[in-house]
Amino acid sequence: MSRLVVRDLARAFGGVQAVDGVSFALGAGELLALIGPNGAGKSTCFNLLNGQLRPDRGSIRLDGRELAGLPPRRIWRLGVGRTFQITATFASMTVRENVQTVLLSRHRCLSGLWRPAASRFRDEAQALLDRVGMGTQAERPCGVLAYGDLKRVELAMALAGDPGLLLMDEPTAGMAPGERQELMALTAALAHDRRMAVLFTEHDMDVVFGYADRILVLDRGRPIAEGAPAAVRADPRVRAVYLGDEA
Amino acid sequence: MTGESLLSVRGLEAWYGRAHILAGVDLEVRPGEVLALMGRNGAGKSTTLKAIMGLVAQRRGTIRFAGHDLTGLPTHRIARLGVGYVPEDRRVFTDLTVRENLEVGRQPPRPGVPAWTPERLCDLFPNLAELRGRRGGHMSGGEQQMLTLARTLMGNPALLLLDEPSEGLAPRIVQQMAAAVRTLKAQGLSVLLSEQNLAFAGAVADRAVVIEKGCSRWTGSMAALAEDEAARRAWLAL
Amino acid sequence: MDFYFVQFLSGLATAATLFLVSSGLTVIFGVTRIVNFAHGSFYMLGAYVAWSLVERWGDTPPGFWGGVLLAAVTVGVLGAVMEVVLLRRLYRSPELFQLLATFGVVLIVQDAASWLWGPEDLLGRRAPLLRGSVEVLGQPFPLYDLMLIVLGPLVLVALLLLFHRTRWGTLVRAATRDREMTAALGVDQAKLFTSVLFLGSALAGLGGALQVPREAVNLHMDMAMVVEAFVVVVVGGMGSLPGAFVASLLIGQLQAFGILVFPQITLVLVFLFMAVVLVLRPYGLFGRPEEGPPAGEAPGPPLRPDGPRAATVSLVLLAALAAVPLVAGDYALIVLTEVVILALLASSLHLLTGLGGLVSFGHAAWFGLGAYGAALLVRDAGAPMLPALAAAPLVAGLGALVAGWFCVRRSGLYFAMLTLAFAQIVWSVTFQWYAVTGGDNGILGVWPADWASSKAVYYELTLLLAGGTLWLLRRAAFAPFGYALRAGRDSALRAEAVGIDVRHRQWMAFTLAGACAGLAGGLYAFAHGSVFPTLMAVPVSVDALVMVLLGGLRTLAGPAAGAALFHGLETEAMRLTDYWRLVLGLVIVVLVLAFPQGVVGFARSLWDRRRGGNGSAAEPVA
Repeated sequence: MSRLVVRDLARAFGGVQAVDGVSFALGAGELLALIGPNGAGKSTCFNLLNGQLRPDRGSIRLDGRELAGLPPRRIWRLGVGRTFQITATFASMTVRENVQTVLLSRHRCLSGLWRPAASRFRDEAQALLDRVGMGTQAERPCGVLAYGDLKRVELAMALAGDPGLLLMDEPTAGMAPGERQELMALTAALAHDRRMAVLFTEHDMDVVFGYADRILVLDRGRPIAEGAPAAVRADPRVRAVYLGDEA
Repeated sequence: MTGESLLSVRGLEAWYGRAHILAGVDLEVRPGEVLALMGRNGAGKSTTLKAIMGLVAQRRGTIRFAGHDLTGLPTHRIARLGVGYVPEDRRVFTDLTVRENLEVGRQPPRPGVPAWTPERLCDLFPNLAELRGRRGGHMSGGEQQMLTLARTLMGNPALLLLDEPSEGLAPRIVQQMAAAVRTLKAQGLSVLLSEQNLAFAGAVADRAVVIEKGCSRWTGSMAALAEDEAARRAWLAL
Repeated sequence: MDFYFVQFLSGLATAATLFLVSSGLTVIFGVTRIVNFAHGSFYMLGAYVAWSLVERWGDTPPGFWGGVLLAAVTVGVLGAVMEVVLLRRLYRSPELFQLLATFGVVLIVQDAASWLWGPEDLLGRRAPLLRGSVEVLGQPFPLYDLMLIVLGPLVLVALLLLFHRTRWGTLVRAATRDREMTAALGVDQAKLFTSVLFLGSALAGLGGALQVPREAVNLHMDMAMVVEAFVVVVVGGMGSLPGAFVASLLIGQLQAFGILVFPQITLVLVFLFMAVVLVLRPYGLFGRPEEGPPAGEAPGPPLRPDGPRAATVSLVLLAALAAVPLVAGDYALIVLTEVVILALLASSLHLLTGLGGLVSFGHAAWFGLGAYGAALLVRDAGAPMLPALAAAPLVAGLGALVAGWFCVRRSGLYFAMLTLAFAQIVWSVTFQWYAVTGGDNGILGVWPADWASSKAVYYELTLLLAGGTLWLLRRAAFAPFGYALRAGRDSALRAEAVGIDVRHRQWMAFTLAGACAGLAGGLYAFAHGSVFPTLMAVPVSVDALVMVLLGGLRTLAGPAAGAALFHGLETEAMRLTDYWRLVLGLVIVVLVLAFPQGVVGFARSLWDRRRGGNGSAAEPVA
C-alpha cells in the first residue's frame, strides 16, 4: 500500500527543465534513494516535495491528500518531516528543548506566555531522544554537539512531527563512515516501526546500496532508472551517466 | 619520481561548521604536471582546493608550495605566491566587463616567465576577443568558464587549481577547455584539477589522486587508473 | 509656476549635499558591509574643519576652495584611521557590535568637536565670488546653491569614472560583489578597505565642508545627516551609486515640495516614502538581494532558568533595591528610578533583539508613545496617574502592532531601517503637531498623584511595576512563546520546517516589546513631570541598543545590568566632566573590542570556566 504517490512532477527555471515528469510511489516503511549526477534535479525534486518550490505541474499525494503547491508549514502539518543536508537545529537550545519546541508546535501551543515550556511534553521528547540514541545528551546545548549527534537530533525533531513521509537530504554528509552506517540502520528501523516512508538523496554509494529498498536515478530532470539496487547497479544507462563516456 | 614537488599536501583536514569534510588528504603536484583529483560528488574535491587556497576557515595539516608554508596565510598572499584558483561555480564578476574581470586578476609577472596579457589570452581563448566589452553576467556558461580561467591566468600563477572545469559545459566547450589545459601545461604551468569526468581527466592529466569521504584512497598515473577496473569501480562508479 | 521652479532648484541643491554624503556611505557599506553610524560625524567634522580653514584663508577663491578640499582630505584620513584602528578588528564580529563601535565613535567625535570648536553655532564665511544671487524666472536664487546643483552630477560622473575607469575602482566593484573571489585573485582586502574608508569619509567631509556657507555649523549636524543619508542609501539600494543619486534627487524634491503641500508633516514624508519603497521594492530602487544572509550573532548557550541560588540572589537584590529609600536621598532615588525604567526599556528591546534576533533602530518610538499617551491623558482628559500609566502600554502596543506588521516583512538591516523609519514618523508627528503635542515645548505638569508624589513612593511604585513586567517578560522567555521566538532566530529554515510561523511570532514579539517600552515611557513621564519629543528621537533608540549590547544579548539579566551600567556611567561621567560623551564613547569602543559577548556574557563565561564548565562554552573544532 503506497503512502506517497508522486505523478508527473515538473518544474522549470527560466527555460531549463530542472525536473521533468518524475513519478514514483513509496510504501509504508520503505526507503527510496534518489540519486543522479550534479544538476540532475534531486534538490529541486526535494524542494517540490517539501513545499519550498511550487511545481509547474504534477501531483504529490500523501495518504491520499494533495500536497502540491502548499506552503512548507502546511505540508509539515500534513505529515512531511525533513532533515537538512547541513543540519539545521536551534543551536541556543538544549537537545531536549529542540524536540519540545517541535512538539509544542505540533500541538499548537506556541503562543503560551505563562507556563514554562521546559515542563511540556518532556517525557515524549525524552522518549524520542532515547529512540535515536541521544537520551543521555538531552541537557546539552545543540550548539556544542558533534556533527553526527546533530544529525540524530534532527531525526528526533523530524519524528516529533509524527511524519508519514520523511525527506532526508544527504543524511550522512559530513559524518564519519561508522556513524553513517549507524544512522542509516536507525533510520531503516524507525521507518519500519512507524510505518513511515523515507525518501533520501545521498552521495555515499555504500549508504545508497546498503540501505535503500529501491533507487530512483535522475538525469537532467528525468528519471532514467528505477528499481531494486542490484538492477539499478547493472543498468547501462546509469553506468553511462555516472562514468561518463568511457563506460 | 621526478624532482621536487611544487605543491605538497599532507594530512589535510577541513570542516564546515561542525561537518568534517576532509579527514586526511595527501597529494603532490610536481612542476609541469597535471594532476587530476578524482572522486564522486561530495567526496571533498572542491573542499580540498578551497582549503589549499585558504578559503576554508577551519583546516589542519600541512600545505607547502614552492618552499612556502601556506597553512597560516591569508588567501590573497597565497594567490600572490603563484597559486591561481578557478572555482567550480565560476564566480565571474557579473557587473564587470570581460576586460574588467581580467583587470581584477592582473598581478605582476613572475621573473623569467612571459607575463599573461589580455592579448595573449585572446589567442588562447579566441571567443573572449569578441566579448571584451560584454558584462560577465551576459555570457554563456562556457564563455564564463573561459573568462574565469583567463582571469586567473592574469595573475601569472605557477600552479593552477581548476575546480571541475568540465562541469555543465557543452561537449565542444569541454574540448576547448581540454585543449587550453594542454597548452598551459606545454608552457610549463602545473595544474591540479578536480574532476568527475574520467574522459576529460584522461585527456589532460598525467596522474590522478582519488579521494572518497574526505580521504585520499588511490594515487597513480592516469594510465594505471584506466587499467585498474577495481579502483574505478570502488571509488568512482556505482 | 516660477515659484515652483525655484523650489525645484532648491530641492536640487539639497540633493547635492545629500548625495555627497550618502554616496560615501553607500560605497563604504558596499565593500565592508558595515553600517557606519560615524558617517554623519565625518560630515560634521568636515564642516568644522572647513569652517576653521575658511575663517583663516577663505577670503580668496583659492583659499576658500583649498580649505574645503583640505577639510575633505583631513576627514578622509580620519576615516582611514578608524578603519585601521577599529573596524579592521570587527569585520568578523556580529553586525551589532560593528554598529555599536561606530556609535562609540559618534560620541567621541561629538565631544572632540565640542572641545575644539565649542558648543555654539558657528556661522561660516560665504564663498568668494558666489555670495550673490541670480534671477531665475524673476525670483532670486543663491549663486552658491546653483554651484551645488552643478556639482552634484559632476561628483557622480567623477565617481563613476573612478569606479569604472581605474584599476582601484574595478577592484572595489569586484570586492563589492564577491570579496572572497577577489582575495583569491590576490587582492589585499585590508588595503582596499582602508582606501575605501578614506574615499567614503572624504566625501562626507566634502559634503560637510560645502555646507559651511549655507548653514550654521553645530553639534547636531551628525545625527540629522546620518539618518537622512541612511534613508537615501536604503531607498536607492545599498551599495548603488546611481541609486544614491536618484534617491537624493527624489528626497531633495520631496523636502522642497513637501513643505508647500504638507507643511505640518514634512519630516514624516521622507520616512513614509522610505517605508513605502521598502515594502514595494525590498532592496531599494537599484538594489539587489544580498548574497548570503547577514552575519548574525553566533547562537549562545541555552537560557537557563534560575536555580534556587540565582532565585535567592534575585530576591535579595530586589529586597535591597526596595530598601534603598531607607538610606538614600532624593538624588540617588531619582537616578535609581531612571535606572529601573531604563532596565525595563532595555529588557523590552532585548525581547526583540536578543530572543528574536531582530535589531530595532527605533525602539524609542514606543517608549515615547507610552510617555505621550500618558501625558496627553493627564493633560486633556484629566486622567489620574494610574489609569494614565495603564494606558501607556496600550497606546504604545497599538502603535507597535501597526508598525510591526510592516517591519517584520523584512529582516536584517532592512528591518532595522524600517523600524527607524517608523520611529522617525512618530517623532516627526510629535514634533510638528504643535496643536496637540506642543511640539518641542513638550507637555509639562505630568506629576504623579499626591500619594505617590514623594520620590521614595514613586520609586517603589516604579520598582513594583517595572519589576513585575520584567518578571513577566522573563516568564514569557521560558514559555512556549519565547521558545518559538528563539527557534525563529536560531534557524528560520528549521522553524518554518516544523510549522512555526516565524513572521507572525516576530510580529507578536514586536507588539509585546512595544507595549513594555510604552509602560517604561509612562513611568518616565511621571518621574520627570514632563515629556518632550526627544524621548522618541534616534539617540534614545541607540542608547537602548547600547544598554542591551553592553549587557550582552545572551542572558536575560544582561539588559538590566547594561541599563544600570550605561546610565550609571552616563550620570557619573556627566557629573565629573563636561566631556561625558567622550568617556562613554571610549568605554563603548574598548568594551566592544574587549568583550564581544557583552559584559554579562563575559562574566558568565568566566563563572562557567571557574566551575569547570558544563558544556556551555563552545568547543572549538580545528
